[in-house]
Amino acid sequence: MAEALRLSDIDHGGPLFARGADGAVPASTNVLQLAVPDMHCGMCMRTVEETLSAMPAVEAARVNLSAKRVTVILKDKLSNAEPYIEALKDAGFDARPLITHTDEAQAQLDRDYLKRLGVAGFAAANVMLLSVSVWSGHSGDMPASMQTLFHWLSAVIALPAVAYAGKPFFSSARKAIAARRLNMDVPISLGVTLATGMSLYQTIRGSEQVYFDAAITLLFFLLIGRALDQRMRVRAAGAAQNLLALRTPATSVIGPDGGIMRIATNDVRPGMRILVAAGERVPVDARVTKGVTDIDQSLMTGESRPQPVGPGDKVYCGTINLGAPFEAEVTAIADNTLLAEIARLMETAEQARGKYVRLADRAARLYAPAVHALGAATFAGWMVAGYGWEQALTAAIAVLIITCPCALALAVPAVQVVATSRLFRKGVVLKAADGLERLSEVDTIVLDKTGTLTLGEPRLVDPQSVSDTVLSKAAALAAHSRHPYSKAVVAAAKSRRLATPVIEGIEEVAGAGLKAVVDGSAWRLGSARFCAVDRGDDAGQTLWLRIGGDLPVALAMRDELRPDALAVVAQLKAAGYGIEILSGDRIETVADVARAAGIETWAGEQQPGDKIRRIEALAGQGRKVLMIGDGLNDAPALAAGHASMSPASAADISQTAADAVFQGEALSPIVEALAVAKGAHRRAMENFSIAIGYNAIFVPLAVVGFVTPLIAAIAMSGSSLAVTANALRLSRQRLKVTGGTAAHTGTPPIALRPVEART
Amino acid sequence: MTALTWLVPIALMLGGFGLAAFLWSLKSGQFEDLEGAGWRALDDETAPRPDRRQADRS
Repeated sequence: MAEALRLSDIDHGGPLFARGADGAVPASTNVLQLAVPDMHCGMCMRTVEETLSAMPAVEAARVNLSAKRVTVILKDKLSNAEPYIEALKDAGFDARPLITHTDEAQAQLDRDYLKRLGVAGFAAANVMLLSVSVWSGHSGDMPASMQTLFHWLSAVIALPAVAYAGKPFFSSARKAIAARRLNMDVPISLGVTLATGMSLYQTIRGSEQVYFDAAITLLFFLLIGRALDQRMRVRAAGAAQNLLALRTPATSVIGPDGGIMRIATNDVRPGMRILVAAGERVPVDARVTKGVTDIDQSLMTGESRPQPVGPGDKVYCGTINLGAPFEAEVTAIADNTLLAEIARLMETAEQARGKYVRLADRAARLYAPAVHALGAATFAGWMVAGYGWEQALTAAIAVLIITCPCALALAVPAVQVVATSRLFRKGVVLKAADGLERLSEVDTIVLDKTGTLTLGEPRLVDPQSVSDTVLSKAAALAAHSRHPYSKAVVAAAKSRRLATPVIEGIEEVAGAGLKAVVDGSAWRLGSARFCAVDRGDDAGQTLWLRIGGDLPVALAMRDELRPDALAVVAQLKAAGYGIEILSGDRIETVADVARAAGIETWAGEQQPGDKIRRIEALAGQGRKVLMIGDGLNDAPALAAGHASMSPASAADISQTAADAVFQGEALSPIVEALAVAKGAHRRAMENFSIAIGYNAIFVPLAVVGFVTPLIAAIAMSGSSLAVTANALRLSRQRLKVTGGTAAHTGTPPIALRPVEART
Repeated sequence: MTALTWLVPIALMLGGFGLAAFLWSLKSGQFEDLEGAGWRALDDETAPRPDRRQADRS
């Protein structure tokens, strides 16, 4: 242990951090934002606010329950976030500082849609009020001058409102046309623009064919869908950010004179010597030159057990130093780190998926040209029949308005909104708008092991077999370490409400364990070798406690399966899905978990590239793969899968890559997501039939000129209501997960091992 | 019919008033925490909202 380096041994040449990355926050602000993911109700909210407000340095604390964040306003400039995190921890809440603030652009867009929605709603209500008067006036005694006045009033309200509320659709349509494609916004924009323009022309002429109400009402309904969609996106982005890894914006560099300087990580160059404190994330890729420690590499490899490293070993950007401080020589920075390489793999895979065409856009590709051709044909027909261009244009516009894809445009979004909110209630946050459609096509499920199938953190096996005395002594030692096993011991002691004795002079030996001298006897907690236990190699899954000359006590550790993993796997298998495990973890561990979860096909020791190759091989067999994973090493595979999900505890880059993020310890949200996706697909198809059926009845009437504004308005809202009502059925319906076909195809899995019997 | 000459402006004004109220509530952040607001209504001693100007949001 002579190599081990201690912070106190080093002569500080510059300002040095007081703590690890946990407490490091940018100075010169009196606002601290903490993500508190465990808040669920008013009580939690109140406890968090009161805990923080009671602290002398706090001016005010305000919780945002939807975002699961608390904003703390301090009396002075903030120097260290650690005390606030500690205070919340004592109150039972896990908090993390948000170093970067919310992406304002997304939230801004959300507010922007709501504003447009408000304006469209106001205009729609008022124009409709005027229109109803005019329609009823047709059968009554309203003078023509009054009608014209009302038309002008409608124009004054509708024109600016259409211009303002329709802007998102117009600009999207313009972009689509510039790129020489058609999307749903093109017929919407064309319909709205033509209806408004024609109405204005008719108003000037003092005629009766005025459709301002149709144009603005259509925009209002469409904006509801867009605003809800955007809101979901903001929430998902916020949730991902809450879990943002505790990044190190600064690095401690050792100068030629041995002094330590804290510089921005961006300014670090290969060849520099850096110092990584205990508990800090390694800021770059580096080779250890001095010191022995444990590195938590779960982010990179998915391996749950910390990796011991010493001089000569490589450490990677983003991994966490769990043991003692160490010195290292920088080998790669920024774009050359393994982390960046993974991000690049992910980007490439993501681009491939970007080619997926959404259902609504596929419909638009067929529908838009048909509508425009029909409108043009109607115009030509009336011209040929010799009715003059005005009457011909009126009929053509009636066709466009009738076909104006209100019901069709609502068909998919309405279902999506209902499905998204249903999933949200069940703890699944849907991020990608087309994720639901891709989920519905899935037939094969590929799972990561650590943190996905399992909880991702070791827990004490069979805690009842450990006596209170042993546990409290172990916890007293373990309280001084950040090792996952130590945390598991402390958690077990806490859950039993044991009082742990306070011990002075505990020493942590990196890669081995903890020791202290209490009342003249030596206490040791650590590996078998550290406690001088002759038990051979048990893969390091057991922690030993030795008090003086007593017999050592074993504390077995295991990364437990999620509680409902077995049931969920059985349910999915019964529904016909093919299921397999791809893990970066050691083969024996994967085999154990595969057997415990009842999954026959699995592979261990998979690099990120291997996972992508396996998914591509499955895709080559015509399978649609749902990838479920949480680690950084899963991110490329998540992007490569036809659809993807990750637990809310996942690395933020994985959450970004996933289509959906599920909360909680249970795996059942996966079943729910698949069932809702299939249900949503069925509802969307039904909606298309409703919309097309409605068009089949009314378009011929419009072509021959039978459709008056009143009939058009009633028919339009009728079809929209039918479509919306059909979508709403999804909200409360009981759904069964069905539809996987992979298990019946009999395709033999390639390059995967079956579960071997182990003794 | 002459009643319309002042009824229509009144209707529009009332509608505009509602729109203005909506835009104001949106701007003052009342739509930012819809879940929390529901719980706060049940709480007798909720601390006052921290003043936004106090926070030098960077």
